[in-house]
This record gives sequence, C-alpha cells and structure tokens, in this order.
Amino acid sequence: MTAIPVPRSGDTAPRKKRRVNWEKWGWIYMRVSGVFLVVLIFGHLFVNLVSGEGVKAIDFAFVAGKWANPFFVVWDTLLLWLALIHGGNGMRTLVNDYANNRTLRKVLLIAILASTVILIVLGTLVIYTFDPCPTGGDASLLPDFCKAG
Amino acid sequence: MSTAILDNKPNVPEVIPTFTATLIIRRFDPDVDDEPRWQDFDVEVYPTDRILDALHKIKWEQDGSLTFRRSCAHGVCGSDAMRINGRNRLACKTLIKDLDLSKPIYVEAIKGLPLEKDLVVNMDPFFESFKAVQPFLIASSKPDKERLQSVTQRARFDDTTKCILCAACTSSCPVFWTDGQYFGPAAIVNAHRFIFDSRDEGAQVRLDILNDKEGVWRCRTTFNCTDACPRGIEVTKAIAEVKQAIIRGKV
Repeated sequence: MTAIPVPRSGDTAPRKKRRVNWEKWGWIYMRVSGVFLVVLIFGHLFVNLVSGEGVKAIDFAFVAGKWANPFFVVWDTLLLWLALIHGGNGMRTLVNDYANNRTLRKVLLIAILASTVILIVLGTLVIYTFDPCPTGGDASLLPDFCKAG
Repeated sequence: MSTAILDNKPNVPEVIPTFTATLIIRRFDPDVDDEPRWQDFDVEVYPTDRILDALHKIKWEQDGSLTFRRSCAHGVCGSDAMRINGRNRLACKTLIKDLDLSKPIYVEAIKGLPLEKDLVVNMDPFFESFKAVQPFLIASSKPDKERLQSVTQRARFDDTTKCILCAACTSSCPVFWTDGQYFGPAAIVNAHRFIFDSRDEGAQVRLDILNDKEGVWRCRTTFNCTDACPRGIEVTKAIAEVKQAIIRGKV
C-alpha cells in the first residue's frame, strides 16, 4: 500500500492565533479577479483581433498606438497582474492538492512563484518602456514611421 | 368483512425468484497480506436483498473471515459506508437489483482512511476532525426553561442535522484523499449544524476553526460529497454557507 500519512494526526489541539489568513484572501482573490478578467480578456481580444482591421493590424506600430492611450496602459497592466497572479495561485492550489511529496511540492511552489514574478516584472517593463523603433532593429520588421524619424 | 374470500385462497406459498450476483470484494488481512487483493463470490440473492444481505450471506455461508462493520442495518447508524462500484454508499441502503447486474459488483473499503482489514478502516482521524469543530451546543445561560426556537430558525439548519457520520462524504473528497489533513465535508456539515443554530453562541469559535489552512477554503466544490451522502444532505451547499459566513464575519 502507498503510505498516506495518518490524517489530521495530532494537530487538532493547538491552533495559531489570527495572522493574515492567506487561504481566505486567496479564495476571495480568485473570485474577484475572475470577474475582472472576464471583462479584461474579452475586451483585449476584441480590440486586438476583431475591431478595425482585425488580427492583420497587429505590429509594433499597433501596440505603440494602443499604449499612447493611458486607458490601454492601465488596461494591460491590470490584465497582466490579475491574470498572472490568478494563474499562479490556481497552480499553487493544484500543487497543494495533488503533490504528495514534500520536496516535490516545495520545488513546484518555488518554480510557480519564480515564473510568476519574472513574467510580471518582464511584462510590466514592456508596457512602460515600450519603444516601437528600437535602435539597431531590422528595418524590414519596423513600422514605416521609424524611417521618417 | 368478507373473511370467507380469504379462506378460498390456495394455500401454496408464492415462489420468490432469486438470481445470482457476483461480488468482487477487496480483501486485506494485515497478518497475511502485504497488498489488498480482490476476491470474487457468487451469491444467490432475492430482488429485495441489499449489498449488506449479500455480505452477510458470504460471511455466514462461504467465508467467515470476511470483515465489515454494520450495526442497525437500516441506514441510520452509519457503520457500513463502503465503495460499491466506485461510489460511496451505505451497503444497507443499496439494493442489488438496482445495480448493473451484467457486470460483477465491486465492493471495497472507503478511501483516504487507513485500511485495517477487508472493509474496515480506522475512523479515528475522521472523528478527530469531527471533534475539532466542537459539535455540541455552546450556550452561556443556564437552562431555566427550554430554549425556544421558531420554525424558521429550526429550518435554517435542518438539512445538516441529518448527518449520521458514516464518512461517505469525507472519503469521497479528492482533497481529503491526497493528504488527509483537510477537515472534510462531514466535520464542516456538523459545524454548520451548530453555527446556524439560533440557540448556539459558539458560531465564531467554529468559524475561526474552519477559517484555517485546512478548513473550508480547501473545498473545490466538486460535489462528490453531495453525490455520496446517503442522507441526501446538500453538503457542498452547507460548506458554501460556512464560507459565506466567514467572509461576512456573521451568521
């Protein structure tokens, strides 16, 4: 038989007194961010893929044009942070539920945390420091207005 | 009354049809076996027989070493919860004729609790969780007279009073299977029974206990518990109501 630790062994008596309850706030966060993400994701998909010329219009110039408007900067920042934390927390939940091995669990949790943080930092950097005409970029890939400038 | 008609009836007992059911039971004897093993039995049963009757026939007529728990045999004591064809049920409430008889019937112990022998598991961890939620009336005033309660107040927690602590729900929960540290549906149901009782004053204590890393937040609303409950308690709904009470900070 696979050894399952005896459930709830011995930890019924002493309970730690009120710290921040991450489990509760994590649960609430998943529900609240979920509602926002439905709007943010479908809005994002519509603006990028359906409206105007649709998917063919997407290039550096399109992205730069979008981020010239602070509305879309805020939109994309919210989308990035909410979605990545939502996904990361969801995967943490899965690992907590299904990873039996202590070491494996720790490794997976650290990997999830690291990838979430790296992606958030990278994504935020891109949103706030995006340059449609990087110096030394391949001219054939850059939008027309780069040559003019 | 026309008793004469009764006298005219032929005095031949009606032949009750029987059929053969095949049960494949997961046996485990800790003195002999390293691993549980499946063993099959053919039993001659009546259409009115339940899985428990078939188990009795096996124990009494074929193999006396078959071990299982049962007490009242009428779906009230909660002793004989087991996994029948992959679903947690009470053996005493499952009619054999209602199962798919084209295939053998698989019977095994409930999952997630330490297996002791055959269909018997160690229920201690289950009752530890139950005890941890303080399943008794907490009231400050001395009972000079009866504690009155309106019909509506009583109806608020009526569903969760039906629990018979058979562990069918807790041992059907996939979160409980993995590490068994989760309180489990049964403990939360029994906390719910007192949290929403107007005569009880310990609601906050119980909410604090369940507002724990291994408490209600580990519920993934898979509804396994609601499906498994032999008493038809809406277990997942009760857990959701406890979550709501914790978030709102009041009952």
